[in-house]
Amino acid sequence: MGSGRLYAAVAAGGFRRYATYRAATLAGVFTNTVFGIILAYTYIALWDERPHLGGYDQSDALTYVWLGQALLTTMCVMGTGFEEELIERIRTGDIAIDLYRPADLQLWWLAQDLGRALFQLLGRGLIPFVIGAWLFDLSLPASPLTWLTFLVAVVLGVLVSYSFRFLVALAAFWLMDGAGITQMAWLAGVFCSGMVLPLNVFPGVLGEVVRALPWAALIQAPADMLLGAADPLGTFAFQAGWAVALLGAGRLLQAVATRRVVVQGG
Amino acid sequence: MVDGVRTYRMIAAMWIRSTMAYRASFVMTTIGNFAATGLDFLAIVLMFSQIDRLGGYSLPEIAFLYGLSAIAFGTADLVVGSMDRLGRRVRDGTLDTLLVRPAPVLAQVAADRFALRRLGRITQGLLVLGYALLALDDVHWTVLKVLLVPVMVISGGAIFCAVFVGGAAFQFVARDASEVQNAFTYGGATLLQYPPGLFAQDLVRGVTFVFPLAFVNWLPALYVLGRPYPLDLPEWVAFLPPLVAAGCCALAGLAWRAGLRSYRSTGS
Repeated sequence: MGSGRLYAAVAAGGFRRYATYRAATLAGVFTNTVFGIILAYTYIALWDERPHLGGYDQSDALTYVWLGQALLTTMCVMGTGFEEELIERIRTGDIAIDLYRPADLQLWWLAQDLGRALFQLLGRGLIPFVIGAWLFDLSLPASPLTWLTFLVAVVLGVLVSYSFRFLVALAAFWLMDGAGITQMAWLAGVFCSGMVLPLNVFPGVLGEVVRALPWAALIQAPADMLLGAADPLGTFAFQAGWAVALLGAGRLLQAVATRRVVVQGG
Repeated sequence: MVDGVRTYRMIAAMWIRSTMAYRASFVMTTIGNFAATGLDFLAIVLMFSQIDRLGGYSLPEIAFLYGLSAIAFGTADLVVGSMDRLGRRVRDGTLDTLLVRPAPVLAQVAADRFALRRLGRITQGLLVLGYALLALDDVHWTVLKVLLVPVMVISGGAIFCAVFVGGAAFQFVARDASEVQNAFTYGGATLLQYPPGLFAQDLVRGVTFVFPLAFVNWLPALYVLGRPYPLDLPEWVAFLPPLVAAGCCALAGLAWRAGLRSYRSTGS
């Protein structure tokens, strides 16, 4: 059972690594709060015009805004998690060293990313959310069970986010330079996760498509759990389904990629 | 000054050549930059698929505010957007390399990793502004209003440049707090995409008198649109942007000097 301890240590390392940069965390809290305030006012104007848009009332919509800010870095919606480092290691050839290690590449980075996500949720998520709840009228559930379903959805969301970014990083085996693909991933993440607008406000077929894509697991799903707007079991199944599919794809790609690894230079 | 411009041009040209080495990536990132900023506007269009007016403003009116904000911010981002890396350079000590070179540090930092792909954002802003100008049918264009549009874009760009430089000066002190800058740059650009009436009066007061982002587009654009000003300001404030921009740039320059002078190398 040594490997369980190994991955736990890696996860703790991921947590500590992000916890080290206190000023950066504070700066992030400030930025998330400013964006939360700007977005909150635009949502107020929107819901003034169309009350009950997307099945939310105004305080639901405001809760959604602040949840989005709280989960933005937890879910790595805009990237800059482990994937940039992994891409760099693939580009420079350091990946060859990683492949010799007695640890699995996918699990290693998963453990690291879980540690990161936990820190981001506590460090960069909680404070803006509390400030938002203080400044605006949010609808927060009283039932601990609702909060529990929310947390489960957050964990599943992090898994989906991780497994997608692992795929993105592995693409560097073929592309060498990861700037283009990470930007594409970032774009899809911001738009399809519901960062710009709740996915249930997206009209018609576009709405149906984005709600079926994996990014719906990142912010929309946890938000719907907290707001009691969707059935927990169906939501969990949706998130877990995408997590399994993407992790499987990552496994497959990892096998193909490591067979064709060409170490340049040394 | 001449020295600075020359340095800037040479470093920028070098980075352009280096980006072109990965041409596929360059094309992808430029399209990405274009699309990423386009998503903001797509969000507004999606909102307008559900409503006719937001805070009393029509889609073309908001597109007008949006286009001006995007072009002004995009220009500053292209010219000095790399300055947010200064904190990293202070942390890892690579700023020292720039200090020993016989060229202005500000120009070196500003041109560092010059990213031509940022033209994507400007292009997107120009397209939205073009749409707004075609679709705005209630505006009675006068010579003054027509002239005000390019003045807004240039002064707005200069104001955002000052924010970037001022933010970089702050990083001499704060080191790894570069994200604070994002609140003022990206946050400011987002704020200005919407009419001022949406926001709390104190917030509008703050970005008018303390941190004068309102001069980038709000005040002059409301004159063009014939809309009432926030905070009961007089009509002539619409013509202040060049003055405000000059003031901001001067202040940012002073802040930069003070920051650079306070810099002590990490010694590593």
